[in-house]
Amino acid sequence: MRAYLLSRLGQTVLVVYLSLTAVFFLVRLGGDPVLLFLPMDIQAKDLNEFRQRLGFNDPLPVQYGRFVSRAAHGDFGESLRYKDDALALVLERLPATLSLAASALLLTFCLAVPVGVLSAVRRGSLWDLLGMGGAVLGQAVPGFWLGLMMIYLFSVRLGWLPTGGMGGPLHYVMPCVVLASFYAARMARITRSSVLDTLNEEFVLTARAKGLAEWIVIGKHTLKNSAIPLVTLAGLDTGQLLGGAVITETIFAWPGLGRLTVQALLNRDFPVVLAAVFVFSITYTLINLAVDLLYGWLDPRTRAGART
Amino acid sequence: MKIFIARHGRGALGLLIAALVLMAALGAPLLVAQDPLQTDFAAGLKPPGAPGHPLGTDQLGRDLLARVLYGARVALFIGLCCVLLTAVVGGLLGLLAGYFEGWAGTVLMRVADVQLSFPFILLALTINAIVGLGLRNIIVSLSAAGWVVYARVVRGEVLSVKEREFVHAAQALGLGRARLLFRHILPNVAPSIIIVASLQFAQFIVAEAAISFLGFGVQPPTPAWGSMLSESRDYLYVAWWLAAFPGAALALTALGINLVGDWLRDVLDPKFRV
Repeated sequence: MRAYLLSRLGQTVLVVYLSLTAVFFLVRLGGDPVLLFLPMDIQAKDLNEFRQRLGFNDPLPVQYGRFVSRAAHGDFGESLRYKDDALALVLERLPATLSLAASALLLTFCLAVPVGVLSAVRRGSLWDLLGMGGAVLGQAVPGFWLGLMMIYLFSVRLGWLPTGGMGGPLHYVMPCVVLASFYAARMARITRSSVLDTLNEEFVLTARAKGLAEWIVIGKHTLKNSAIPLVTLAGLDTGQLLGGAVITETIFAWPGLGRLTVQALLNRDFPVVLAAVFVFSITYTLINLAVDLLYGWLDPRTRAGART
Repeated sequence: MKIFIARHGRGALGLLIAALVLMAALGAPLLVAQDPLQTDFAAGLKPPGAPGHPLGTDQLGRDLLARVLYGARVALFIGLCCVLLTAVVGGLLGLLAGYFEGWAGTVLMRVADVQLSFPFILLALTINAIVGLGLRNIIVSLSAAGWVVYARVVRGEVLSVKEREFVHAAQALGLGRARLLFRHILPNVAPSIIIVASLQFAQFIVAEAAISFLGFGVQPPTPAWGSMLSESRDYLYVAWWLAAFPGAALALTALGINLVGDWLRDVLDPKFRV
Protein backbone atom coordinates (compact mmCIF):
# COMPACT_ATOMS: atom_id res chain seq x y z
CA MET A 1 0.00 0.00 0.00
CA ARG A 2 2.76 2.41 0.93
CA ALA A 3 4.76 1.54 -2.15
CA TYR A 4 1.67 2.10 -4.25
CA LEU A 5 0.99 5.49 -2.67
CA LEU A 6 4.60 6.54 -3.12
CA SER A 7 4.66 5.55 -6.78
CA ARG A 8 1.41 7.41 -7.38
CA LEU A 9 2.77 10.51 -5.68
CA GLY A 10 5.91 10.20 -7.81
CA GLN A 11 3.69 10.10 -10.86
CA THR A 12 1.99 13.27 -9.68
CA VAL A 13 5.32 15.04 -9.46
CA LEU A 14 6.18 13.86 -12.98
CA VAL A 15 2.88 15.09 -14.39
CA VAL A 16 3.29 18.49 -12.76
CA TYR A 17 6.89 18.79 -13.94
CA LEU A 18 6.08 17.85 -17.54
CA SER A 19 3.09 20.18 -17.80
CA LEU A 20 5.14 23.10 -16.47
CA THR A 21 7.97 22.33 -18.88
CA ALA A 22 5.55 22.16 -21.82
CA VAL A 23 4.04 25.53 -20.95
CA PHE A 24 7.46 27.07 -20.35
CA PHE A 25 8.67 26.17 -23.85
CA LEU A 26 5.38 26.96 -25.56
CA VAL A 27 5.50 30.44 -24.06
CA ARG A 28 9.00 30.99 -25.42
CA LEU A 29 7.90 29.82 -28.86
CA GLY A 30 4.96 32.21 -28.80
CA GLY A 31 6.99 35.38 -29.26
CA ASP A 32 8.39 38.02 -26.96
CA PRO A 33 6.14 38.37 -23.91
CA VAL A 34 7.85 41.59 -22.89
CA LEU A 35 6.93 43.28 -26.14
CA LEU A 36 3.31 42.26 -25.80
CA PHE A 37 2.93 43.37 -22.24
CA LEU A 38 4.46 46.82 -22.26
CA PRO A 39 2.76 49.89 -23.74
CA MET A 40 3.31 50.62 -27.46
CA ASP A 41 5.25 53.89 -27.03
CA ILE A 42 8.00 52.44 -24.87
CA GLN A 43 11.66 53.34 -25.57
CA ALA A 44 13.98 50.61 -26.79
CA LYS A 45 16.29 51.32 -23.84
CA ASP A 46 13.55 50.70 -21.27
CA LEU A 47 12.47 47.61 -23.13
CA ASN A 48 15.93 46.15 -22.84
CA GLU A 49 16.13 47.02 -19.18
CA PHE A 50 12.79 45.37 -18.51
CA ARG A 51 13.83 42.29 -20.42
CA GLN A 52 17.09 42.15 -18.52
CA ARG A 53 15.30 42.46 -15.19
CA LEU A 54 12.95 39.58 -15.99
CA GLY A 55 15.81 37.45 -17.30
CA PHE A 56 14.49 37.06 -20.86
CA ASN A 57 17.94 37.94 -22.23
CA ASP A 58 19.67 34.84 -20.88
CA PRO A 59 20.14 31.70 -23.02
CA LEU A 60 17.18 29.35 -22.96
CA PRO A 61 18.81 26.53 -20.92
CA VAL A 62 19.80 29.08 -18.27
CA GLN A 63 16.25 30.44 -18.15
CA TYR A 64 14.89 26.90 -17.92
CA GLY A 65 17.28 25.83 -15.15
CA ARG A 66 16.43 28.93 -13.15
CA PHE A 67 12.72 28.34 -13.75
CA VAL A 68 12.84 24.73 -12.56
CA SER A 69 14.84 25.44 -9.44
CA ARG A 70 12.57 28.32 -8.49
CA ALA A 71 9.40 26.39 -9.30
CA ALA A 72 10.58 23.62 -6.99
CA HIS A 73 10.46 26.21 -4.23
CA GLY A 74 7.04 27.40 -5.30
CA ASP A 75 8.43 30.61 -6.75
CA PHE A 76 6.99 31.49 -10.15
CA GLY A 77 8.01 35.12 -10.00
CA GLU A 78 5.90 38.22 -9.78
CA SER A 79 2.72 38.72 -11.73
CA LEU A 80 3.51 41.18 -14.53
CA ARG A 81 0.16 42.83 -13.97
CA TYR A 82 -0.63 42.70 -10.25
CA LYS A 83 2.99 43.13 -9.10
CA ASP A 84 2.43 40.41 -6.55
CA ASP A 85 3.73 36.88 -6.00
CA ALA A 86 2.11 34.73 -8.70
CA LEU A 87 1.59 31.59 -6.63
CA ALA A 88 0.10 33.60 -3.76
CA LEU A 89 -2.37 35.18 -6.19
CA VAL A 90 -3.38 31.78 -7.49
CA LEU A 91 -3.70 30.16 -4.06
CA GLU A 92 -5.80 33.08 -2.89
CA ARG A 93 -8.30 32.28 -5.66
CA LEU A 94 -8.31 28.51 -5.14
CA PRO A 95 -10.93 28.32 -2.33
CA ALA A 96 -13.54 30.12 -4.44
CA THR A 97 -13.07 27.61 -7.27
CA LEU A 98 -13.06 24.60 -4.95
CA SER A 99 -16.23 25.69 -3.19
CA LEU A 100 -17.96 26.21 -6.53
CA ALA A 101 -16.77 22.86 -7.87
CA ALA A 102 -17.78 21.04 -4.66
CA SER A 103 -21.28 22.55 -4.68
CA ALA A 104 -21.67 21.69 -8.35
CA LEU A 105 -20.53 18.12 -7.70
CA LEU A 106 -23.05 17.81 -4.86
CA LEU A 107 -25.81 19.14 -7.10
CA THR A 108 -24.74 16.71 -9.82
CA PHE A 109 -25.11 13.73 -7.49
CA CYS A 110 -28.40 14.93 -6.03
CA LEU A 111 -29.86 15.34 -9.52
CA ALA A 112 -28.27 12.53 -11.46
CA VAL A 113 -28.46 9.54 -9.11
CA PRO A 114 -32.21 9.71 -8.41
CA VAL A 115 -33.02 10.37 -12.08
CA GLY A 116 -30.73 7.57 -13.25
CA VAL A 117 -32.02 5.02 -10.71
CA LEU A 118 -35.64 5.89 -11.40
CA SER A 119 -35.11 5.61 -15.16
CA ALA A 120 -33.49 2.20 -14.73
CA VAL A 121 -36.06 0.80 -12.31
CA ARG A 122 -38.99 2.09 -14.36
CA ARG A 123 -37.34 1.31 -17.64
CA GLY A 124 -39.45 2.27 -20.66
CA SER A 125 -41.82 4.43 -18.61
CA LEU A 126 -42.56 8.09 -19.14
CA TRP A 127 -40.06 8.85 -16.35
CA ASP A 128 -37.36 7.05 -18.24
CA LEU A 129 -38.18 8.92 -21.45
CA LEU A 130 -38.25 12.31 -19.72
CA GLY A 131 -35.16 11.66 -17.63
CA MET A 132 -33.03 10.39 -20.48
CA GLY A 133 -34.39 12.98 -22.92
CA GLY A 134 -33.40 15.66 -20.44
CA ALA A 135 -29.98 14.07 -20.06
CA VAL A 136 -29.34 14.01 -23.82
CA LEU A 137 -30.42 17.64 -24.01
CA GLY A 138 -28.30 18.57 -21.01
CA GLN A 139 -25.24 17.10 -22.68
CA ALA A 140 -25.81 19.11 -25.83
CA VAL A 141 -26.57 22.54 -24.34
CA PRO A 142 -23.28 24.42 -23.87
CA GLY A 143 -22.83 25.75 -20.35
CA PHE A 144 -21.91 29.26 -21.34
CA TRP A 145 -25.10 29.65 -23.37
CA LEU A 146 -27.21 28.23 -20.56
CA GLY A 147 -25.51 30.73 -18.26
CA LEU A 148 -26.30 33.69 -20.50
CA MET A 149 -29.92 32.64 -20.85
CA MET A 150 -30.26 32.16 -17.10
CA ILE A 151 -28.79 35.60 -16.46
CA TYR A 152 -31.27 37.07 -18.91
CA LEU A 153 -34.23 35.29 -17.34
CA PHE A 154 -33.46 35.32 -13.62
CA SER A 155 -31.42 38.51 -13.30
CA VAL A 156 -32.46 40.85 -16.10
CA ARG A 157 -36.15 39.90 -16.44
CA LEU A 158 -37.18 38.59 -13.05
CA GLY A 159 -34.53 40.16 -10.86
CA TRP A 160 -34.42 37.12 -8.56
CA LEU A 161 -30.73 36.28 -8.68
CA PRO A 162 -27.54 38.36 -8.82
CA THR A 163 -25.85 38.43 -12.24
CA GLY A 164 -22.48 37.48 -10.84
CA GLY A 165 -19.81 37.83 -8.21
CA MET A 166 -19.43 35.92 -4.98
CA GLY A 167 -21.54 36.58 -1.92
CA GLY A 168 -24.45 34.83 -0.24
CA PRO A 169 -25.99 31.47 -1.13
CA LEU A 170 -27.99 33.08 -3.95
CA HIS A 171 -24.75 33.80 -5.78
CA TYR A 172 -24.11 30.07 -5.95
CA VAL A 173 -27.37 29.13 -7.67
CA MET A 174 -26.68 29.95 -11.31
CA PRO A 175 -22.97 29.07 -11.47
CA CYS A 176 -23.71 25.72 -9.81
CA VAL A 177 -26.57 24.85 -12.13
CA VAL A 178 -24.54 25.80 -15.19
CA LEU A 179 -21.49 23.90 -14.05
CA ALA A 180 -23.49 20.85 -13.01
CA SER A 181 -25.76 20.62 -16.06
CA PHE A 182 -23.40 18.77 -18.38
CA TYR A 183 -21.99 16.44 -15.74
CA ALA A 184 -25.37 15.67 -14.22
CA ALA A 185 -26.64 14.67 -17.66
CA ARG A 186 -23.77 12.29 -18.24
CA MET A 187 -23.87 10.94 -14.72
CA ALA A 188 -27.60 10.22 -15.01
CA ARG A 189 -27.03 8.16 -18.14
CA ILE A 190 -24.17 6.20 -16.59
CA THR A 191 -26.21 5.62 -13.41
CA ARG A 192 -29.06 4.25 -15.47
CA SER A 193 -26.93 1.80 -17.44
CA SER A 194 -24.96 0.75 -14.38
CA VAL A 195 -28.11 0.07 -12.36
CA LEU A 196 -29.62 -1.83 -15.30
CA ASP A 197 -26.52 -4.05 -15.40
CA THR A 198 -26.66 -4.70 -11.67
CA LEU A 199 -30.37 -5.51 -11.72
CA ASN A 200 -29.54 -8.49 -13.94
CA GLU A 201 -27.18 -9.97 -11.36
CA GLU A 202 -28.16 -13.09 -9.50
CA PHE A 203 -27.83 -11.57 -6.03
CA VAL A 204 -30.63 -9.16 -6.90
CA LEU A 205 -32.79 -12.10 -7.85
CA THR A 206 -31.87 -13.77 -4.54
CA ALA A 207 -32.69 -10.64 -2.57
CA ARG A 208 -36.08 -10.43 -4.24
CA ALA A 209 -36.69 -14.16 -3.81
CA LYS A 210 -36.15 -13.99 -0.10
CA GLY A 211 -38.86 -11.36 0.05
CA LEU A 212 -36.91 -8.18 0.79
CA ALA A 213 -38.74 -4.93 0.29
CA GLU A 214 -38.11 -3.42 -3.13
CA TRP A 215 -36.50 -0.28 -1.67
CA ILE A 216 -33.95 -2.40 0.18
CA VAL A 217 -33.19 -4.37 -2.98
CA ILE A 218 -32.63 -1.15 -4.90
CA GLY A 219 -31.24 1.06 -2.17
CA LYS A 220 -28.82 -1.40 -0.62
CA HIS A 221 -28.09 -4.32 -2.86
CA THR A 222 -28.17 -2.60 -6.22
CA LEU A 223 -26.94 0.89 -5.55
CA LYS A 224 -23.70 0.06 -3.80
CA ASN A 225 -22.81 -2.39 -6.53
CA SER A 226 -23.55 0.14 -9.24
CA ALA A 227 -21.37 2.75 -7.61
CA ILE A 228 -18.00 1.98 -9.20
CA PRO A 229 -18.62 3.45 -12.66
CA LEU A 230 -20.14 6.46 -10.92
CA VAL A 231 -17.12 7.04 -8.74
CA THR A 232 -14.81 6.68 -11.75
CA LEU A 233 -16.83 9.22 -13.64
CA ALA A 234 -17.06 11.55 -10.67
CA GLY A 235 -13.30 11.45 -10.35
CA LEU A 236 -12.73 12.16 -14.01
CA ASP A 237 -15.41 14.81 -13.94
CA THR A 238 -14.06 16.63 -10.93
CA GLY A 239 -11.03 17.43 -13.03
CA GLN A 240 -13.25 18.47 -15.90
CA LEU A 241 -15.32 20.51 -13.43
CA LEU A 242 -12.17 22.49 -12.71
CA GLY A 243 -11.84 23.05 -16.46
CA GLY A 244 -15.51 23.94 -16.78
CA ALA A 245 -15.04 26.44 -13.99
CA VAL A 246 -12.85 28.44 -16.39
CA ILE A 247 -15.90 29.31 -18.46
CA THR A 248 -18.50 29.44 -15.70
CA GLU A 249 -16.37 31.76 -13.59
CA THR A 250 -15.88 34.10 -16.53
CA ILE A 251 -19.62 34.37 -17.21
CA PHE A 252 -20.58 34.94 -13.59
CA ALA A 253 -17.57 37.05 -12.61
CA TRP A 254 -16.72 34.44 -9.97
CA PRO A 255 -13.41 35.42 -8.33
CA GLY A 256 -11.81 32.01 -8.76
CA LEU A 257 -8.82 30.33 -10.32
CA GLY A 258 -10.46 29.83 -13.71
CA ARG A 259 -11.23 33.48 -14.25
CA LEU A 260 -7.77 34.46 -13.05
CA THR A 261 -6.25 32.02 -15.56
CA VAL A 262 -8.31 33.38 -18.46
CA GLN A 263 -7.34 36.94 -17.57
CA ALA A 264 -3.70 35.97 -17.20
CA LEU A 265 -3.78 34.30 -20.62
CA LEU A 266 -5.45 37.35 -22.18
CA ASN A 267 -2.85 39.64 -20.59
CA ARG A 268 0.00 37.24 -21.33
CA ASP A 269 0.83 37.33 -17.63
CA PHE A 270 2.98 34.19 -17.73
CA PRO A 271 4.11 33.89 -14.12
CA VAL A 272 0.44 33.63 -13.16
CA VAL A 273 -0.31 31.20 -16.02
CA LEU A 274 2.53 28.92 -14.86
CA ALA A 275 1.45 29.09 -11.25
CA ALA A 276 -2.13 28.31 -12.28
CA VAL A 277 -0.99 25.31 -14.36
CA PHE A 278 1.00 24.14 -11.34
CA VAL A 279 -1.98 24.32 -8.99
CA PHE A 280 -4.44 22.89 -11.52
CA SER A 281 -2.33 19.85 -12.28
CA ILE A 282 -1.62 19.12 -8.61
CA THR A 283 -5.28 19.40 -7.68
CA TYR A 284 -6.36 17.25 -10.59
CA THR A 285 -3.91 14.42 -10.00
CA LEU A 286 -4.58 14.38 -6.26
CA ILE A 287 -8.31 14.07 -6.92
CA ASN A 288 -7.66 11.13 -9.21
CA LEU A 289 -5.51 9.51 -6.55
CA ALA A 290 -8.32 9.93 -4.02
CA VAL A 291 -10.74 8.31 -6.44
CA ASP A 292 -8.46 5.30 -6.91
CA LEU A 293 -8.24 4.88 -3.15
CA LEU A 294 -12.02 5.07 -2.94
CA TYR A 295 -12.30 2.07 -5.31
CA GLY A 296 -10.51 -0.12 -2.81
CA TRP A 297 -13.14 0.73 -0.27
CA LEU A 298 -16.05 0.14 -2.64
CA ASP A 299 -14.68 -3.00 -4.22
CA PRO A 300 -12.06 -4.95 -2.25
CA ARG A 301 -11.08 -6.84 -5.41
CA THR A 302 -9.32 -3.74 -6.75
CA ARG A 303 -7.30 -3.00 -3.63
CA ALA A 304 -3.73 -1.92 -4.17
CA GLY A 305 -2.25 -5.14 -2.78
CA ALA A 306 -4.22 -7.27 -5.20
CA ARG A 307 -3.09 -5.09 -8.06
CA THR A 308 0.62 -5.07 -7.14
CA MET B 1 -41.31 -2.02 -35.41
CA LYS B 2 -41.29 -0.75 -31.86
CA ILE B 3 -37.85 -2.21 -31.35
CA PHE B 4 -36.68 -0.66 -34.61
CA ILE B 5 -37.83 2.79 -33.44
CA ALA B 6 -36.29 2.32 -30.01
CA ARG B 7 -33.03 1.28 -31.63
CA HIS B 8 -32.84 3.66 -34.53
CA GLY B 9 -35.30 6.47 -33.72
CA ARG B 10 -32.78 8.68 -32.00
CA GLY B 11 -30.24 8.04 -34.71
CA ALA B 12 -32.76 9.10 -37.35
CA LEU B 13 -33.58 12.25 -35.39
CA GLY B 14 -29.89 13.00 -35.04
CA LEU B 15 -29.27 12.47 -38.75
CA LEU B 16 -32.19 14.76 -39.55
CA ILE B 17 -30.83 17.54 -37.32
CA ALA B 18 -27.30 17.06 -38.65
CA ALA B 19 -28.60 17.19 -42.23
CA LEU B 20 -30.46 20.44 -41.47
CA VAL B 21 -27.32 22.01 -40.02
CA LEU B 22 -25.29 20.84 -43.00
CA MET B 23 -27.86 22.31 -45.39
CA ALA B 24 -27.80 25.60 -43.49
CA ALA B 25 -24.03 25.68 -43.77
CA LEU B 26 -23.80 24.78 -47.44
CA GLY B 27 -26.86 26.70 -48.56
CA ALA B 28 -26.31 29.85 -46.49
CA PRO B 29 -25.87 32.16 -49.53
CA LEU B 30 -29.07 30.78 -51.07
CA LEU B 31 -31.14 30.94 -47.89
CA VAL B 32 -30.43 34.55 -47.03
CA ALA B 33 -29.82 37.49 -49.31
CA GLN B 34 -27.85 39.54 -46.77
CA ASP B 35 -24.11 39.48 -46.34
CA PRO B 36 -23.27 38.46 -42.73
CA LEU B 37 -20.61 41.18 -42.61
CA GLN B 38 -22.72 44.01 -44.12
CA THR B 39 -23.20 46.67 -41.43
CA ASP B 40 -26.10 49.13 -41.34
CA PHE B 41 -25.87 51.47 -38.39
CA ALA B 42 -29.34 52.88 -38.97
CA ALA B 43 -30.83 49.43 -38.42
CA GLY B 44 -28.89 48.38 -35.29
CA LEU B 45 -30.39 46.10 -32.60
CA LYS B 46 -33.71 45.46 -34.36
CA PRO B 47 -35.74 42.74 -32.61
CA PRO B 48 -36.70 39.48 -34.37
CA GLY B 49 -39.48 39.91 -36.90
CA ALA B 50 -38.25 43.27 -38.16
CA PRO B 51 -38.86 43.69 -41.91
CA GLY B 52 -36.13 41.92 -43.86
CA HIS B 53 -34.52 40.57 -40.65
CA PRO B 54 -36.43 37.50 -39.38
CA LEU B 55 -34.10 37.07 -36.38
CA GLY B 56 -33.36 40.79 -35.96
CA THR B 57 -30.03 42.57 -36.23
CA ASP B 58 -26.99 43.02 -34.01
CA GLN B 59 -25.41 46.18 -32.65
CA LEU B 60 -23.87 47.01 -36.02
CA GLY B 61 -27.07 46.32 -37.93
CA ARG B 62 -25.83 43.03 -39.37
CA ASP B 63 -28.54 40.49 -40.14
CA LEU B 64 -28.61 37.89 -37.37
CA LEU B 65 -30.12 35.10 -39.49
CA ALA B 66 -27.30 35.45 -42.01
CA ARG B 67 -24.72 35.43 -39.24
CA VAL B 68 -26.20 32.35 -37.57
CA LEU B 69 -26.35 30.45 -40.87
CA TYR B 70 -22.84 31.42 -41.92
CA GLY B 71 -21.77 30.52 -38.36
CA ALA B 72 -22.73 26.93 -39.14
CA ARG B 73 -20.06 26.97 -41.85
CA VAL B 74 -17.37 28.07 -39.43
CA ALA B 75 -18.45 25.56 -36.76
CA LEU B 76 -18.68 22.57 -39.09
CA PHE B 77 -15.47 23.47 -40.87
CA ILE B 78 -13.53 23.66 -37.62
CA GLY B 79 -15.14 20.51 -36.24
CA LEU B 80 -14.43 18.56 -39.41
CA CYS B 81 -10.82 19.70 -39.71
CA CYS B 82 -10.13 18.84 -36.07
CA VAL B 83 -11.75 15.43 -36.30
CA LEU B 84 -9.84 14.52 -39.48
CA LEU B 85 -6.56 15.81 -38.13
CA THR B 86 -6.86 14.08 -34.74
CA ALA B 87 -8.19 10.84 -36.22
CA VAL B 88 -5.32 10.56 -38.70
CA VAL B 89 -2.53 11.67 -36.36
CA GLY B 90 -3.85 10.05 -33.17
CA GLY B 91 -4.99 6.92 -35.00
CA LEU B 92 -1.66 6.47 -36.75
CA LEU B 93 0.34 6.99 -33.56
CA GLY B 94 -1.92 4.58 -31.70
CA LEU B 95 -1.58 2.02 -34.47
CA LEU B 96 2.23 2.21 -34.43
CA ALA B 97 2.48 2.32 -30.63
CA GLY B 98 0.22 -0.71 -30.34
CA TYR B 99 1.94 -2.73 -33.04
CA PHE B 100 5.58 -2.13 -32.16
CA GLU B 101 5.33 -1.75 -28.35
CA GLY B 102 8.85 -0.27 -28.16
CA TRP B 103 10.12 2.49 -25.93
CA ALA B 104 8.76 5.11 -28.33
CA GLY B 105 5.26 3.79 -27.78
CA THR B 106 5.76 3.85 -24.03
CA VAL B 107 6.95 7.45 -24.14
CA LEU B 108 3.98 8.36 -26.32
CA MET B 109 1.54 6.85 -23.86
CA ARG B 110 3.22 8.67 -20.97
CA VAL B 111 2.74 11.93 -22.89
CA ALA B 112 -0.89 10.97 -23.39
CA ASP B 113 -1.27 10.33 -19.65
CA VAL B 114 0.16 13.72 -18.82
CA GLN B 115 -2.12 15.39 -21.33
CA LEU B 116 -5.17 13.56 -20.03
CA SER B 117 -4.35 14.72 -16.51
CA PHE B 118 -5.31 18.22 -17.57
CA PRO B 119 -8.83 19.47 -18.33
CA PHE B 120 -9.35 19.41 -22.12
CA ILE B 121 -10.80 22.88 -22.43
CA LEU B 122 -8.08 24.47 -20.31
CA LEU B 123 -5.40 22.71 -22.34
CA ALA B 124 -6.83 23.85 -25.67
CA LEU B 125 -7.28 27.35 -24.28
CA THR B 126 -3.70 27.59 -23.03
CA ILE B 127 -2.27 26.30 -26.32
CA ASN B 128 -4.46 28.70 -28.25
CA ALA B 129 -3.48 31.69 -26.12
CA ILE B 130 0.16 30.88 -26.83
CA VAL B 131 0.14 29.93 -30.53
CA GLY B 132 -2.15 32.83 -31.34
CA LEU B 133 -5.65 33.62 -32.51
CA GLY B 134 -7.51 32.94 -35.73
CA LEU B 135 -9.14 30.07 -37.57
CA ARG B 136 -6.03 28.05 -38.37
CA ASN B 137 -4.60 28.30 -34.87
CA ILE B 138 -7.82 27.24 -33.16
CA ILE B 139 -7.85 24.10 -35.31
CA VAL B 140 -4.24 23.41 -34.38
CA SER B 141 -4.88 23.99 -30.66
CA LEU B 142 -7.98 21.81 -30.46
CA SER B 143 -6.26 19.03 -32.40
CA ALA B 144 -3.16 19.21 -30.23
CA ALA B 145 -5.37 18.82 -27.18
CA GLY B 146 -7.59 16.10 -28.65
CA TRP B 147 -5.41 13.54 -30.45
CA VAL B 148 -4.64 11.54 -27.29
CA VAL B 149 -8.08 9.96 -27.11
CA TYR B 150 -7.60 8.21 -30.46
CA ALA B 151 -4.05 7.19 -29.65
CA ARG B 152 -5.23 5.57 -26.42
CA VAL B 153 -8.23 3.77 -27.83
CA VAL B 154 -6.52 2.59 -31.02
CA ARG B 155 -3.43 1.36 -29.19
CA GLY B 156 -5.57 -0.69 -26.82
CA GLU B 157 -7.50 -2.24 -29.70
CA VAL B 158 -4.37 -3.00 -31.71
CA LEU B 159 -2.79 -4.74 -28.72
CA SER B 160 -5.65 -7.22 -28.69
CA VAL B 161 -6.25 -7.49 -32.46
CA LYS B 162 -2.65 -8.35 -33.26
CA GLU B 163 -2.83 -11.47 -31.09
CA ARG B 164 -5.74 -12.83 -33.11
CA GLU B 165 -5.25 -15.82 -35.37
CA PHE B 166 -5.82 -14.16 -38.70
CA VAL B 167 -2.98 -11.74 -37.95
CA HIS B 168 -0.65 -14.60 -37.04
CA ALA B 169 -1.74 -16.37 -40.21
CA ALA B 170 -1.03 -13.30 -42.31
CA GLN B 171 2.36 -12.99 -40.64
CA ALA B 172 3.09 -16.63 -41.32
CA LEU B 173 2.27 -16.10 -44.98
CA GLY B 174 5.07 -13.54 -45.04
CA LEU B 175 3.07 -10.36 -45.51
CA GLY B 176 4.93 -7.07 -45.20
CA ARG B 177 4.44 -4.97 -42.11
CA ALA B 178 2.75 -2.10 -43.89
CA ARG B 179 0.29 -4.41 -45.61
CA LEU B 180 -0.42 -6.22 -42.37
CA LEU B 181 -1.00 -2.98 -40.48
CA PHE B 182 -3.17 -1.23 -43.00
CA ARG B 183 -4.99 -4.10 -44.69
CA HIS B 184 -5.57 -6.43 -41.77
CA ILE B 185 -5.32 -4.57 -38.49
CA LEU B 186 -6.64 -1.13 -39.44
CA PRO B 187 -10.05 -2.36 -40.72
CA ASN B 188 -10.55 -4.12 -37.40
CA VAL B 189 -9.92 -1.02 -35.32
CA ALA B 190 -11.78 1.31 -37.72
CA PRO B 191 -15.14 1.06 -35.88
CA SER B 192 -13.50 2.39 -32.72
CA ILE B 193 -11.99 5.28 -34.66
CA ILE B 194 -15.38 6.13 -36.15
CA ILE B 195 -17.08 6.01 -32.76
CA VAL B 196 -14.50 8.23 -31.10
CA ALA B 197 -14.62 10.64 -34.04
CA SER B 198 -18.38 11.02 -33.89
CA LEU B 199 -18.27 11.61 -30.14
CA GLN B 200 -15.40 14.09 -30.45
CA PHE B 201 -16.99 16.06 -33.29
CA ALA B 202 -19.55 17.84 -31.11
CA GLN B 203 -16.99 18.31 -28.35
CA PHE B 204 -14.68 20.13 -30.74
CA ILE B 205 -17.45 22.40 -31.98
CA VAL B 206 -18.58 23.31 -28.47
CA ALA B 207 -14.99 23.78 -27.28
CA GLU B 208 -14.25 26.08 -30.21
CA ALA B 209 -17.31 28.16 -29.34
CA ALA B 210 -16.29 28.26 -25.68
CA ILE B 211 -12.76 29.38 -26.52
CA SER B 212 -14.00 32.03 -28.96
CA PHE B 213 -16.50 33.07 -26.29
CA LEU B 214 -13.63 33.74 -23.89
CA GLY B 215 -12.01 36.06 -26.44
CA PHE B 216 -9.50 33.67 -28.00
CA GLY B 217 -9.98 31.54 -31.08
CA VAL B 218 -11.97 32.89 -34.00
CA GLN B 219 -12.03 36.68 -33.94
CA PRO B 220 -14.79 39.10 -34.97
CA PRO B 221 -16.10 39.99 -37.51
CA THR B 222 -16.00 36.33 -38.68
CA PRO B 223 -19.48 35.01 -37.86
CA ALA B 224 -18.59 32.26 -35.37
CA TRP B 225 -21.22 31.32 -32.79
CA GLY B 226 -18.83 31.59 -29.89
CA SER B 227 -17.61 35.09 -30.65
CA MET B 228 -21.18 36.17 -31.42
CA LEU B 229 -22.22 35.00 -27.95
CA SER B 230 -19.24 36.81 -26.50
CA GLU B 231 -20.30 40.09 -28.12
CA SER B 232 -23.91 39.53 -27.08
CA ARG B 233 -22.99 39.78 -23.40
CA ASP B 234 -22.69 43.56 -23.64
CA TYR B 235 -26.24 43.83 -25.01
CA LEU B 236 -27.95 41.22 -22.83
CA TYR B 237 -30.13 43.88 -21.15
CA VAL B 238 -31.46 45.26 -24.43
CA ALA B 239 -31.17 42.51 -27.03
CA TRP B 240 -31.81 38.95 -25.82
CA TRP B 241 -31.94 37.62 -29.38
CA LEU B 242 -28.23 38.19 -29.90
CA ALA B 243 -27.51 35.58 -27.22
CA ALA B 244 -30.48 33.29 -27.84
CA PHE B 245 -30.14 32.34 -31.52
CA PRO B 246 -26.42 31.61 -31.97
CA GLY B 247 -26.49 29.55 -28.77
CA ALA B 248 -29.58 27.65 -29.84
CA ALA B 249 -27.91 26.86 -33.17
CA LEU B 250 -24.85 25.60 -31.30
CA ALA B 251 -26.93 23.45 -28.93
CA LEU B 252 -28.96 22.01 -31.81
CA THR B 253 -25.82 21.12 -33.75
CA ALA B 254 -24.27 19.45 -30.72
CA LEU B 255 -27.53 17.57 -30.05
CA GLY B 256 -27.75 16.26 -33.62
CA ILE B 257 -24.16 15.08 -33.72
CA ASN B 258 -24.37 13.53 -30.24
CA LEU B 259 -27.47 11.57 -31.21
CA VAL B 260 -25.76 10.26 -34.33
CA GLY B 261 -22.67 9.41 -32.26
CA ASP B 262 -24.69 7.50 -29.65
CA TRP B 263 -26.49 5.61 -32.36
CA LEU B 264 -23.28 4.70 -34.18
CA ARG B 265 -21.84 3.44 -30.93
CA ASP B 266 -24.87 1.27 -30.25
CA VAL B 267 -24.88 -0.16 -33.75
CA LEU B 268 -21.16 -0.58 -34.34
CA ASP B 269 -19.95 -1.63 -30.94
CA PRO B 270 -22.26 -2.71 -28.15
CA LYS B 271 -19.45 -2.82 -25.61
CA PHE B 272 -19.21 0.97 -25.53
CA ARG B 273 -22.94 1.30 -24.84
CA VAL B 274 -23.96 3.78 -22.14
